[in-house]
Amino acid sequence: MRKTLLAAGAALMLAAVPAAAQNKTVKIGFVSTFSGPVAVIGNDMRNSFELALDHLGRKMGGLPVEVIYEDDGFKPEVGKQKTEKLIESDKVDFIVGYIWSNVLLASVKPAFDSKTFLISANAGPNQLAGELCSPYFFSTSWQNDQTPQAMGLYMNQKGVKSVFLIGPNYAAGKDMLAGVASTFKGKVVGQELTTWPSQLDFSAELSKAKAAKPDAIFVFYPGAAGVQFLSQYAQAGLKGTIPLYTAFTIDELSLPRQKELALGVPGAQQWVNDLPNEQNKKYVADYVKKYPGLKPSFYGAQSYDAAMLVASAVAATKGNLSDKPAVQAALKKADFKSVRGNFKFGNNHFPIQNFYLQDVVKQGDDYVLKTVATIVKDSQDSHHGKCPMK
Amino acid sequence: MTAKLTVRNVVVAALLIALALLPVYAEFGGNRFVLTLFTRIVILAMAAVSLNLILGFGGMMSFGHAAYLGIGGYAVGILAHEGVTSGFVQWPVALAVSALFALVIGALSLRTRGVYFIMITLAFAQMAYYIVSGLARYGGDDGLTIYKRSQFFEPLNLSSKVQFYYLCLALLYGSVYVVYRLINSRFGLVIQGARSNDTRMRAIGFPTYRYKLACFVIAGTMCGLSGALLANHTDFVSPAMMYWTRSGDLIIMVVLGGMGSVAGPVFGAVALLVLEEVLSSITEYWQIILGPLLLLVVLFARGGIDGLLRQAGPKPEQKVHQ
Amino acid sequence: MTLFIEQCLNGLQFGLLLFLLAAGLTLVFGIMDLVNLAHGSLYMVGAYFAATFAAFTGSFVLGAVLALVATLLVGMAVEVIAMRRLYGRDHLDHVLGTFGLILFFDESVRLIWGPAGLSLPLPPWLNTSVQILPGVHYSAYRLAIIVVTLAVAAFLYFLVMRTRIGMLIRAGASNREMVGALGVNIKLLYTLVFGLGAALAGLAGLMQAPILTVEIGMGEKILILAFVITVIGGIGSIRGALVAAIFVGFIDTLGRAFFPDMLRLMFTKEVAATAAPALSSMLIYLLMAIVLIVKPEGLFSAGNR
Repeated sequence: MRKTLLAAGAALMLAAVPAAAQNKTVKIGFVSTFSGPVAVIGNDMRNSFELALDHLGRKMGGLPVEVIYEDDGFKPEVGKQKTEKLIESDKVDFIVGYIWSNVLLASVKPAFDSKTFLISANAGPNQLAGELCSPYFFSTSWQNDQTPQAMGLYMNQKGVKSVFLIGPNYAAGKDMLAGVASTFKGKVVGQELTTWPSQLDFSAELSKAKAAKPDAIFVFYPGAAGVQFLSQYAQAGLKGTIPLYTAFTIDELSLPRQKELALGVPGAQQWVNDLPNEQNKKYVADYVKKYPGLKPSFYGAQSYDAAMLVASAVAATKGNLSDKPAVQAALKKADFKSVRGNFKFGNNHFPIQNFYLQDVVKQGDDYVLKTVATIVKDSQDSHHGKCPMK
Repeated sequence: MTAKLTVRNVVVAALLIALALLPVYAEFGGNRFVLTLFTRIVILAMAAVSLNLILGFGGMMSFGHAAYLGIGGYAVGILAHEGVTSGFVQWPVALAVSALFALVIGALSLRTRGVYFIMITLAFAQMAYYIVSGLARYGGDDGLTIYKRSQFFEPLNLSSKVQFYYLCLALLYGSVYVVYRLINSRFGLVIQGARSNDTRMRAIGFPTYRYKLACFVIAGTMCGLSGALLANHTDFVSPAMMYWTRSGDLIIMVVLGGMGSVAGPVFGAVALLVLEEVLSSITEYWQIILGPLLLLVVLFARGGIDGLLRQAGPKPEQKVHQ
Repeated sequence: MTLFIEQCLNGLQFGLLLFLLAAGLTLVFGIMDLVNLAHGSLYMVGAYFAATFAAFTGSFVLGAVLALVATLLVGMAVEVIAMRRLYGRDHLDHVLGTFGLILFFDESVRLIWGPAGLSLPLPPWLNTSVQILPGVHYSAYRLAIIVVTLAVAAFLYFLVMRTRIGMLIRAGASNREMVGALGVNIKLLYTLVFGLGAALAGLAGLMQAPILTVEIGMGEKILILAFVITVIGGIGSIRGALVAAIFVGFIDTLGRAFFPDMLRLMFTKEVAATAAPALSSMLIYLLMAIVLIVKPEGLFSAGNR
């Protein structure tokens, strides 16, 4: 008996979602990680997206906005299920989010098949910039290779002659290490990929890096893993002997736990909290006001931009979202004020943008990220040639 | 079996009919996601039914059953990736590889018993997991997207959600029937005899090792088929399909539904997955409800959901082994 | 050579840490015949307690001691409330019930401490490296872990082999009914043993916290390795657990350290880079399968199970 009640309850729950959107509202699905230790990233993205909606008066092109947040649980297959649910059950007009490249790669097929626009606010696997590029895909972040490529250029400037690469063994990790190797002119003396996300003890890899005696170590560990890496790096006695260069390892979310370990460790990024443009000042100031005790990170900045991008397209098409080519053309213009300063989309719908060098500075008891220099201007990813779109 | 009008049999019948009518509801209710969700439930129910054959009836506590899901899935995924999309090739390969894997690990594992059997089956499944994770050509840890589902003859099109659902459902009912026939055959009686007293069965002249191995291979092959279905359903295969937690999920479905009851695992799969879906839509902290609920089921509802249903209503005079 | 010594120390440190987890597991498994999947949750709870108490008291050592006591109490409470009712039940019931406990613990921690995880900073005197041999520097904290775990192993040996309670534990591992029949207060013994196992798990959790992490789900990742060790060593055997843990620690670390280079000799760089982490993680399971095929009851089987 219990069983039938459950089943009936389930059916009710599932049926409770209102049928077919008639574009009286703009429906947006948001897929990110809201459970487990990396939920801080998902929460930052959600906070920023909500802040953007506040700034928009919770309306896009005059229509009210409804956002449905879904947790991918850090797993590709769950992310794909949630994406399908958003498309089939909630019938969303746009899907935004995706921290992880492997989750995104698993999730794009249902979106493309159903011609639902998908805007990645973080992950940028090379496949989607190249052979798998789609008219229904846009990115408000970067292609995975770009940021480490900028870091490679910076290491050349610093006269680094040899480097040891360490990163996690998944889509983005492989892209990152390939990216830095593609622009770095010195010698890559060793490369280690670690099991992701389960491996957190990097002792074997650090010992090998130490033994290889490189000029520098480059590392990519997003989220909590970045905290562990920095503390083990210090414990292994490497801090002060072999300098560390990073991408996506130190950010406002991990910094409160990395603290002094992050001092003097440079990173490359397309957005830093102190970029001097009006939109960014407003974003950072209002974020701190709305979420006391928290600071926005690049994940949030990209999500904020994603909301603004969607809003610009809804406004440009006057809410007629069933006209897919019109929506696509409107998105392609990137006609909104980005918190990183304005940018253009390339043929594969990835941004062409600047990359900055950021450094950690101590302010009172607080550690903050600061822009030091512009490493590269108007960088475009190296895979766009493989994308058949013009 | 003469069907009696007990609460349990009514519920079983209701569930079977509800599952069969689900696409109608999905079509008219305008909610196609229900169909996607239940396709997944039906496929995993089939895996749980196959696990129940060795777990519930054979007393072989395999903690590596998800390996076959992965093997069946990867057989489809890898062949599709290499351009072989015919289901007439993919599915037999999925079944054959699963059977072979079951034969090898079964032959080795069945030398141990009890907890050691649990752990050795786990070991083999984890090995399979890591091997698949290491296949750089097929996506490694990130998995592999399947761009074209298995192709069969003309009217059957797996990309049609309704058709695919009915195919899965038919295969689920088929596997329930196969298990039912098996356990009521001489073969099944030997298997169940070996579960309760292996030494005695051997003493009266049954080579139980061979019987158990055969049973192990049948269950593995059946689960391999559900793996092939799962790959087609998700259009995606990844090593996570065969991680030990997935094997744990399958065990939980079986125990929750009722071990050693043919319909039990179907109950278990439906209950667990629907509960997850419903609870997670009510609260973000849904696991804090589900966790103690599972513990309570263990403590107070021996025999799982099926056991509860058997107790409901007038007691049948004799527990019929169904 | 320096590299090899360092990697051996890494392996030893990891193995000994695993031993702490496995020791508790093998006791509970051997004596109460309980498959406790929630053992990893106690490991997590220990780490969270340590991070909280250390922040509260401002002392790493004091925080660790308080956390140990707290984990012991949590363990005993879990035994009295839930585990006690599971003894004598089918192993699969244990799996389902303790899996439920994992979900409960994970979500409770998320409710109490939030999703972000904590950090347990080391005092400066541990957060450095020391010279152990001419030219060989090694993390002071990892050395400290090795020393502490060896001391705990010695204490356990003394407890089990030389004390009355240890005698009961050994007797319980080989014949439970008989111990009960002899009029021993089995209930209390079980609660104590479970609490001890929990404290050991908590100790492992808090010791790894400064190196690795304090986060939700940290127990599940390592739990399965602890089970592997328990089984390789033979259920109920602490000595077996120690030997197996060191074996597994070495294989895991040395595999990760040297296996990729071996693969690179045979395959292309890309293939080797993807395959190496996966295949080296596999070695442990290969070891377990081989041990069980050759010795179906583990290396040092304690009971007659």
